[in-house]
Amino acid sequence: MTAPNHKWRQFKDVLMQIITFICAVLVIAPLVLVFYHLVKLGFGSLNLDFFTHVPKALGEKGGGMANAIVGTFILIGEAAIVGVPIGVLGGIYLSEYGGSKMNWGIRFAADILNGVPSITWGVVVYGLMVIPMHGSSALAGGVVLGMMMIPLVMRTSEEVLQLVPPGYREASLALGISKWRTILQIVVRTALKGIITGVLLALARVAGETAPLLFTAFGNLGWAHSLKEPIAAMPLLIYNYATSPYEDWHRQAWAGALVLLLLVLFVNIVVRVMTRDRFKNKI
Amino acid sequence: MAEFQNHSVALTVKNLSVYFGKNHAVKNVSLDITARAVTAIIGPSGCGKSTFLRSINRMHELNPDARMEGEIKLFGKDIYSRGIEPVVVRRRVGMVFQKSNPFPTMTIAENVTVGLRLNGVRDKKILAERTEKSLQMSALWDEVKDRLNAPAVSLSGGQQQRLCIARALAVQPEILLMDEPASALDPLATAKIEELILQLKENYTIVIVTHNMQQAARASDFTAFFYMGELVEFGPTTKIFTNPAQKRTEDYVTGRFG
Amino acid sequence: MMEQKTAGIQFGDRIFKWLTLLMAITVFVLVGLIGYELFVGSKPAIHKFGWHFLISSDWDPTNDVYGALPFILGTLVSSFIGLIIAVPISVATAVYLTELAPLWLRQPLVMFIELLAAIPSVILGFWGLFVMVPWLHKYLFPPLRSTFEFLPVFKGTDYGPCMLAAGIILAIMIVPIITSISREILRSVPPIQREAAYALGATRWEVTRIAVLSYAKKGIFGAVILGLGRALGETMAVTMVIGNAPQFVPSLFQPGSTLASWIANQFTEAIGDLFYSSLFELGLVLLGVTVLVNILAQLMLKTFAGPSVKPQH
Repeated sequence: MTAPNHKWRQFKDVLMQIITFICAVLVIAPLVLVFYHLVKLGFGSLNLDFFTHVPKALGEKGGGMANAIVGTFILIGEAAIVGVPIGVLGGIYLSEYGGSKMNWGIRFAADILNGVPSITWGVVVYGLMVIPMHGSSALAGGVVLGMMMIPLVMRTSEEVLQLVPPGYREASLALGISKWRTILQIVVRTALKGIITGVLLALARVAGETAPLLFTAFGNLGWAHSLKEPIAAMPLLIYNYATSPYEDWHRQAWAGALVLLLLVLFVNIVVRVMTRDRFKNKI
Repeated sequence: MAEFQNHSVALTVKNLSVYFGKNHAVKNVSLDITARAVTAIIGPSGCGKSTFLRSINRMHELNPDARMEGEIKLFGKDIYSRGIEPVVVRRRVGMVFQKSNPFPTMTIAENVTVGLRLNGVRDKKILAERTEKSLQMSALWDEVKDRLNAPAVSLSGGQQQRLCIARALAVQPEILLMDEPASALDPLATAKIEELILQLKENYTIVIVTHNMQQAARASDFTAFFYMGELVEFGPTTKIFTNPAQKRTEDYVTGRFG
Repeated sequence: MMEQKTAGIQFGDRIFKWLTLLMAITVFVLVGLIGYELFVGSKPAIHKFGWHFLISSDWDPTNDVYGALPFILGTLVSSFIGLIIAVPISVATAVYLTELAPLWLRQPLVMFIELLAAIPSVILGFWGLFVMVPWLHKYLFPPLRSTFEFLPVFKGTDYGPCMLAAGIILAIMIVPIITSISREILRSVPPIQREAAYALGATRWEVTRIAVLSYAKKGIFGAVILGLGRALGETMAVTMVIGNAPQFVPSLFQPGSTLASWIANQFTEAIGDLFYSSLFELGLVLLGVTVLVNILAQLMLKTFAGPSVKPQH
């Protein structure tokens, strides 16, 4: 009954299962390894000083990354101020107003922007802000991160707004509520969790960006006293320390990388748990 | 509004045609809707009855291809005349949908008052009063008065639909449109809605679209039969169901229709 | 009564619509701004070197002569190495995730892959420089060289950071994006395709090969191109493991540079207008290449699956 090549076919089936499984393991191996090495090499240098002190002069023991941690949060805050309103309102236009041709153009442009290399953004903002303002600044660093967020937030906002059933819009309009209030108070409010998710993911993404900050925020071994001064950021400090020849700085860099990775992974995991709940409720 | 309530005719529709692109959905319909009575619109699906209903509060305009001809007068005033915003029409003409759609982010009380709040009513006392009154009119008050701040989605399907009725009533419309309000409900909940409709007509003019003939026969005073976008017959419900003038009406109400 | 407040409502609606439109079209403004700034910055270099910039291998600040060729080649070669490594692994993983893996394992694996995509580039580069490169130097490169010594691309002493290391780190970075988009493409293959093959008595792998993969070929190709677009512009991780030499040597073990890594490496050290301008022009070239590749990828993905498959970032 069985075809002559039956055994070979079954063998091939099992073989492919094993091969694809090995590939899946290979894919996630770097994540596990990176995490393992960061904990192994960085955890020992995490102490109170790390979070409360600025870097010490070269050769002196101790010091920390307080200025870079605060700097990263300041930059993220600026980025949010630039990127969130523009992204969310643009997403509202795409979902609630635009005609199909206009929307095609906007989506196309947003997708192009999403593909622009991060270093290119840095060069552009260097020409746009750093040269005219005669120097690197926290402001330029925040603006470049904010610009990078715009297309990301716009696309995710549009996506979640379109998940809101049309029935809610109809019910609200039928109550004689104007369209803009319907959008803000009914549609956006219903999709708020999804919008926040998108914003958080975008913030987590730009929080780890280094290339666009190299010549905009520039980095600072101490505190920045105004937004017009260069400012420290964790990714920048990690890069500078990591590419330096000093053991001490390497240790600090491992600790910094561990903190930054934990921050980014934390946001990602929280957000994914949140979204899972959202879908559970919807279906 | 008091001066309107003496009118026996709430709504005058004259030569109404509605198009969606090239599709002629409602064809030259004329009828008068009596105040403080229930008018049922019946007909096979796709006959234009929902479109007709939605043209009364200009909801069909949400479709960008929509176009209308003719005239609809609400207590003597043309709701399509220039300078009249659909938003204003919709405050005077309430609507309840086939699928109950309370806003999921809001509590029961917030759902009832949303139309008022988003149109600028801030006074807490007025809002509380209106909440109670609307919920009483929609026969939901006794079931929810102890949990007004519970999420609206915690209610059962039938309760949610009565909440939607309360939400529509809270803005004090002059007419209430219902688009198959009970078609997604179980028989018990349907009975409650029908009972409610009979109570509401004491104060409101109701236009209800239904595909359920028994419902039209039980709950309405007047019935309009639509077929292929045309108004075939319109008259007192008892006449339409017992002694229709048109053969097509008789075929439909006796169930002999395609 | 009906006329009351009408003007206010119209006003609010109109303002809001225009406000959102204004925000939406900032994407056009940004696209224009990027092109404009890079072009203006590049002007002196374009003026001085013309098309020769693209085919010249000189990068000589002392004589103020600059050319982009080594970086263009370095970008293409490192991305190509990344693709060669990443594509088979990604597609196999996507197949495993949609067709072969036990159901309970699929969700956690997908989550891990998404987290891998979230690792900041600088951290991956740091890890690459201090953990991966020494490991490669010790365990992978020597046997590779002794086996393939007859091939010119495996010639030369290896110091650690090199083109091959950059290719491997790029592979790690683009695997998540190719995998997750391929996975969505495979999931969108209609079940009837699979059922038809099962009904013929095919094994699971045969179903995958005959019905699923052949159907999804074009979409997967789009995912690969999107991964390429990502690899071409990747900066930090590459900068940290490629060796940063302004040269292109046709050997995997030699240090080199990509357009992005060279800009990152030189920008803060640049002196003189022409130097800066040449770095801007490198950025312009990089932008041109990545935008073209991304447009190509978008078109391929859209024709395959309509607007439902979107690139993930």
